[in-house]
Amino acid sequence: MNPVEFAPRSFQRNRDWYIDHVVQGVVFIAGISAIVFIVGIFIFITKEGMGFVLEHVTFRDVFGSMYWEPSDEDAPDYGILALVAGTASVSGLAMIVAIPFSLGAAIFIAEFSSGATRESLKVLIELLAAIPSVVWGFIGLSILNPLIMRLFDVPVGLNVLNAGLILGLMAAPIMTSIAEDALKAVPDRYREAAEAMGATKWQVTFRVVLPAAKNGLLGAVLLGVGRGFGETMAVLMATGHSVNMPDSVFDSVRALTATIAAELGETARGSDHYGALFAIGIFLFMITFVINLSADLIVRGVKNS
Amino acid sequence: MVATDAEAHATSDPEAAWHQRFDSAPIEIEVNDLTIRYGETTVLRGVNLDIRKNEIFGIIGPANSGKTSLLKALNRMDMFTPGMNVQGRIRINGCDIQTVKNVYALRRSIGVVFPLPVGLPLTVFENVAFAPRLGGVKDQAELDIIVERCLRRAALWDEVKDRLDSLGSFLSGGQQQRLTIARALSQDPNILILDEFSIAVDPVTTMRIEDVLKELRKEMTILLVTNLVQQARRLADRTAFFLNGECVEIGMTECLFTRPVLDQRTKDYIEGRCG
Repeated sequence: MNPVEFAPRSFQRNRDWYIDHVVQGVVFIAGISAIVFIVGIFIFITKEGMGFVLEHVTFRDVFGSMYWEPSDEDAPDYGILALVAGTASVSGLAMIVAIPFSLGAAIFIAEFSSGATRESLKVLIELLAAIPSVVWGFIGLSILNPLIMRLFDVPVGLNVLNAGLILGLMAAPIMTSIAEDALKAVPDRYREAAEAMGATKWQVTFRVVLPAAKNGLLGAVLLGVGRGFGETMAVLMATGHSVNMPDSVFDSVRALTATIAAELGETARGSDHYGALFAIGIFLFMITFVINLSADLIVRGVKNS
Repeated sequence: MVATDAEAHATSDPEAAWHQRFDSAPIEIEVNDLTIRYGETTVLRGVNLDIRKNEIFGIIGPANSGKTSLLKALNRMDMFTPGMNVQGRIRINGCDIQTVKNVYALRRSIGVVFPLPVGLPLTVFENVAFAPRLGGVKDQAELDIIVERCLRRAALWDEVKDRLDSLGSFLSGGQQQRLTIARALSQDPNILILDEFSIAVDPVTTMRIEDVLKELRKEMTILLVTNLVQQARRLADRTAFFLNGECVEIGMTECLFTRPVLDQRTKDYIEGRCG
């Protein structure tokens, strides 16, 4: 009886082994690059702004004052209270506009529409989300501005109302998209079970789907808020850009982001003014970081449960 | 005149027993020449059957025989299934369900238990209180009574009475299936439809649910779709055999097992030679 003869096998590293390791290395670098970038950006803005914060101003100078006059040569003021109020009022109004719009749209797309309507609406909303913010700013400047002046009989149409509307319309598509994903993640068997019990479409949506999707919907809203805080160009163009504690929606304001965008080009690198703008950058970075992180944690909570 | 279970089973002749119990009973569900298509595919062809009040009517048959499509048509769930086309006439309690004015009220009169338990993402209590709330019951004391009664009848109360506020999805599979039965009962249905309810349930729990069904037959008509031939034998008064979208044969359940059947395919299926 002859023993079976095996072909001699090689256990050396071959081409596949090398390709595998090169690919692993490349995707590893791509994967951790996000961490590298975020840490790098954080270090950069901290380096540029922290020196100013530590040496020249107190917490009270910054958060206790509403006067932002960094270019005054004798007694510059670095109070950002008015800027924070500007950003907050515009973002707040934007959310009042965007939340009902986006949740309503998401509910319609996910629960009440079907077929061609649903598909074309989804494409249109993606398109809407892709409109550059400068175009939105342009609309605020050239369409909403005269409209607000005429409708409400106010001297300036570039104000909280204008920017809030623009920002709300800007944030709504992305919020719709995320909210719709959250609704779609609710399994169909829940809907079928509730429908079999005689629930109407609205009852199914309101009593079963919305409670089941609430974390995802909250995440969508928070991402919209984050977008509102971070948006620059549209608010720069539509707020009127004047430092002001707003009393009503018809007051012009100035946003934190817009301040950086408008003034950074005029400052000397390393000057106090330059440092003050970077300090605003640190502040914005922290706010958006916290908002996005909590949105992410909340959405993750949905998937785990 | 409706005889009790004991009397019926005491009679040696199952056919006579059935006639004795159900000849005078009104027809609860009447299906005439029902054909169901999904686009080009016909899943159910010219089905005729009538189910008497308080009867347990079994439907057996392999996968793709059209059983679930029939159930969907019965409570008008076809509205939610794109491309599903129902022809023929279904009358429930004498009403043609295609022309019924309020389809939600129709669905509320029919309790459905799905193959896999579907605990709504709500607490145990809210799962059972869901249908009464839809029906407009707001009083907490009344809801408490309804929930307890339904859970008791589904043989689940003792196991969950201390955790009514935990999520229904945290119950075990067998408990969840009894929860869906409790939920179906909370609608106070005339008809209870069970679609292969024991598919994800252990044999002991299956027997407990079967005991529950034997109790419920006194109050409602039960349509039992099952892939367990012996389950149909244990429970159903009459049984229909579906194969490839065709209703091959309807007969007194006991007769299907013990007497010559009309169609060889029925015999093959029951004896385990096909399907």
